[in-house]
Amino acid sequence: MRILLTALNMFWEEQKVKKLISMFALSAVIALPVFADDHKAKVGMITTLSGGGSGLGIDVRDGFLLALKGNNDIEVVIEDDQRKPDIAVQLADKMIQSEKVDILTGIIWSNLAMAVVPAAVNQGKIYLSPNAGPSALAGAGCHKNYFNVAWQNDNLHEAAGGYANSEGYKNSFIMAPNYPAGKDALTGYKRFYEGELAGEIYTKLGQKDYAAEIAQIRASGADSVFFFLPGGMGIGFMKQFAQSGIDLPVVGPAFSFDQGILQAVGAAAMGVKNTSQWSKDLDNDANVKFVADFQAEYGRLPSLYASQGYDTANLLASALKTTSVNDQDAFRKALKKADFASTRGSFSFDTNNHPIQDIYVREVIKEGDIFTNKIVATGLKDRSNAYVSECKM
Amino acid sequence: MIKENYFNIICIILLLSVPFLGLILDEPYYITLATKVVILAIAGAGLNLVLGYGGFVSFGHAAFFGIGGYVSGILASHALNYYPIIEWPFIIEGTTQMLIILPLAMLISGGFAFLIGMLCLRTSGVYFIMITLAFAQMVYYFAISWPAYGGEDGLSVYLRNNFPGLNTMDGFSFFSICFVLLIFVLFIISRIVNSNFGLALQSAKQNPERVAAVGIEPIKVQLIAFVISGAITGLAGALYTDLNRFVSPSVLSWHTSGEIMVFVILGGTARLFGPLVGAALFIILEQFLGGITENWQFWLGFILIIVVLFAKGGIIGMIAKERRNG
Amino acid sequence: MSISLFLEQVLNGLQFGVMLFLMSAGLTLVFGVMGLINLAHGSLYMIGAFAAAAIASWTGSFWLGLVASLMAAAIAGVIVEIVIIRRLYKRDHLDQVLATFALILLFSEAMRWIFGAFPLFLDVPEILSGTLSLPLGIEYSKYRMMIIVVGILIAVGLFSLISKTRLGVRIRAGESDREMIAALGVDISKLYTLVFALGAALAGLAGAMVGAIQSVEVGMGEPVLILAFVVIVIGGIGSIKGALVGAILVGLTDTLGRFLLPSFFKIFLNPSSATDIGSALSSMMIYILMAAVLIWKPSGLFGNNAK
Repeated sequence: MRILLTALNMFWEEQKVKKLISMFALSAVIALPVFADDHKAKVGMITTLSGGGSGLGIDVRDGFLLALKGNNDIEVVIEDDQRKPDIAVQLADKMIQSEKVDILTGIIWSNLAMAVVPAAVNQGKIYLSPNAGPSALAGAGCHKNYFNVAWQNDNLHEAAGGYANSEGYKNSFIMAPNYPAGKDALTGYKRFYEGELAGEIYTKLGQKDYAAEIAQIRASGADSVFFFLPGGMGIGFMKQFAQSGIDLPVVGPAFSFDQGILQAVGAAAMGVKNTSQWSKDLDNDANVKFVADFQAEYGRLPSLYASQGYDTANLLASALKTTSVNDQDAFRKALKKADFASTRGSFSFDTNNHPIQDIYVREVIKEGDIFTNKIVATGLKDRSNAYVSECKM
Repeated sequence: MIKENYFNIICIILLLSVPFLGLILDEPYYITLATKVVILAIAGAGLNLVLGYGGFVSFGHAAFFGIGGYVSGILASHALNYYPIIEWPFIIEGTTQMLIILPLAMLISGGFAFLIGMLCLRTSGVYFIMITLAFAQMVYYFAISWPAYGGEDGLSVYLRNNFPGLNTMDGFSFFSICFVLLIFVLFIISRIVNSNFGLALQSAKQNPERVAAVGIEPIKVQLIAFVISGAITGLAGALYTDLNRFVSPSVLSWHTSGEIMVFVILGGTARLFGPLVGAALFIILEQFLGGITENWQFWLGFILIIVVLFAKGGIIGMIAKERRNG
Repeated sequence: MSISLFLEQVLNGLQFGVMLFLMSAGLTLVFGVMGLINLAHGSLYMIGAFAAAAIASWTGSFWLGLVASLMAAAIAGVIVEIVIIRRLYKRDHLDQVLATFALILLFSEAMRWIFGAFPLFLDVPEILSGTLSLPLGIEYSKYRMMIIVVGILIAVGLFSLISKTRLGVRIRAGESDREMIAALGVDISKLYTLVFALGAALAGLAGAMVGAIQSVEVGMGEPVLILAFVVIVIGGIGSIKGALVGAILVGLTDTLGRFLLPSFFKIFLNPSSATDIGSALSSMMIYILMAAVLIWKPSGLFGNNAK
């Protein structure tokens, strides 16, 4: 009980100190209105830092903070959502009510974004998505305060469909988990893919063993396989597929082939094609600097999530350079210009505040001891998304 | 028992002081946290009735919590979209009126508790734990793959439901509603526990044969308790949807069942205020440890183990005993 | 659908079942002998997988990794038993649930602390990669075949351990009458530690074997833990035979359900709603199975006493 009381005490003390500091800061602003820097902003980052899937949140956070190194205008408050939508909603309330942030960002998962974003933007906050672009927020549910700096969820799957056509695949077997993002994935693939389907399977969310599905692929007579199985699900599938001896070309979105996961898949992923808006070997100045800085700072190679966090921070910094977050109209205009050097090369926003960008096809290769990707083709050029016309902004 | 009552009064005062502190310090997040504690305590109080007093451990109360939550979410979303829930044989419209939603949430989760309880109460002990889990998992997977209300993405309702005379979007008003409901629920439970029915329930835990000997069927008593328990937890679920203005299958996962169970055991089983103390302690630890380190779950686990090993009968058990001795 | 595809799926179900048996054997023994509900059994599975991945990448040998998984899980089991679990035998089931739930949090975060947030690499050994040609034109993964064989060997070993050795006599005595076994002069706390370590080692081995074809990551033990509980409840708690039958039943139901249900619904529904309903129902299948078994036999298939 005593431990608990001291713990409680410390908690209150800490809160009090925080409170004092912010009051002090406030009085400083009031006292010196003339010199107050209008280009400052406070950002609330809600992302997944503990439990399963925390690798993605950590990458987004690290990329974001890397871009802001040496930038004293942007203050970042970071909280862990534990990948639970209800916790994310409560943290968003905290960020808005108690921390009084101007901008929110950080959410990894679509279902968490759907829980947080609509309420936040309706309360007049700007939300910059560094990952997750559910179709509902791109179409009828779009909002002038919501900017997606990653992709619309369907994009990478669409590019995989386009690539399947260019490779001449006529009979694909397609597979995704049985949840909304999984259905979007297969819809996205079918939007561009022109051939027949040898089979279409929805697997259990979180499933790790695909023996039954692989047997069906073998028996289906397919000429290619497309799958969307993010995280640990994809690791299991790739290893088991390589073991099965089935010799079919495999295409998937980058989510099962990012730098963090690839080492765990190992040789089983060699030669597999995957679609991504970013790759380590993209040859532009911003990207070369990003990859080098990231490695120097954190001692590991960046993933696409890290690049998205980095781009998000740079977009924000670019808008703050010329405008103030207090003048929302001007600030939104500045964001929409996307006047920053993206690690992806060309990057602009469509009318529904989602990116127009190239989606590449990468191949998994081995560099020394490390598995990584290199670009082998462009899947879709200047791709926007399928929901622009539904967005009335 | 008097000592425990003093402790309970202190708990209530402490709980009430948090939102006031939030108002004074202009930290609305404290009010949100206090509301969360109150709602989870209601859920725990429901579970405590069967787990603590009845002695049968349900590992499936997430089902009732989630069903209550979805009743609230579905009714509100239909009302907001002006789209009736069913049109045939008669029209049922959605609503955003808490006074309709909350009883309905209790009724429907109570109904599910009746069905599930009827099948589950044939078993006991660990078998009961697992069969309740099985039903909760069925509901969970159904919710994930059922596209009509968002599947895994969940269902946003954007605004809290209405309560006559109050602005529920104001954190303090919403806290007050939840708080009054908690007190009401605790009052009802204390009445139930001390009634003849409650005595039968508690003796069915120790000695079902003796209960049967006086002409009461223990399974009927247990089923009624299970239905009341499910309804109370469903009420908490409906309020939780309002707190977050959002509901998703994650409230139906077995983690939720586990957490509700942890609140009850941590606070002290078969103690009226056990769930409240447990929920409060859990949330405080989560907030406090989460503020210090990314690895807060490690320390949470560590502290929980210490509590189990050295505080028999949960926090209230420990404190009540200490007072008795000295 | 061809006969050979169906048979291949039966093999897959069998392999899944055998793996579940390794997990459930320890769980059911620990419950039968010591009366303990151990939620942290999944953590031992995770520890086995991490140990195997770490040792395999350090030495380059999968087999040393397997040995490491057995040892690491057994050692972790012994430490946990002596420091914490031992104090819980006489306690309420609820205290056991809370304490072992806390252990899950502790172990998961500890693994993340040590190994980082990203999954680890563990691959099947060269000699077992690729497929085996079986009759009827079935191509079956050699590695999965090995899991089936190892699982069956361990099952046979466990049965003879329990029915033929002195340790087995004590374990059976411990299940039926704890006071008597102490009166016989058996050092009961050593016996308990030994049983717990045995269960832990089996879980660790399962983690390592499965880790090689799935993924080695934090939180991998929890879904398996739930399944293992489903298995021992279906089989009847405390019964090794029940665990084996339950495991095979669950493995077959899950695999065949995933495979057959969508095709079944395609007979009378349009393909997209058949896929929807079939997939939704197949993810609920094992829970439906468990509920049905318990409604029919409230203490499992081979359970004699409802505890």
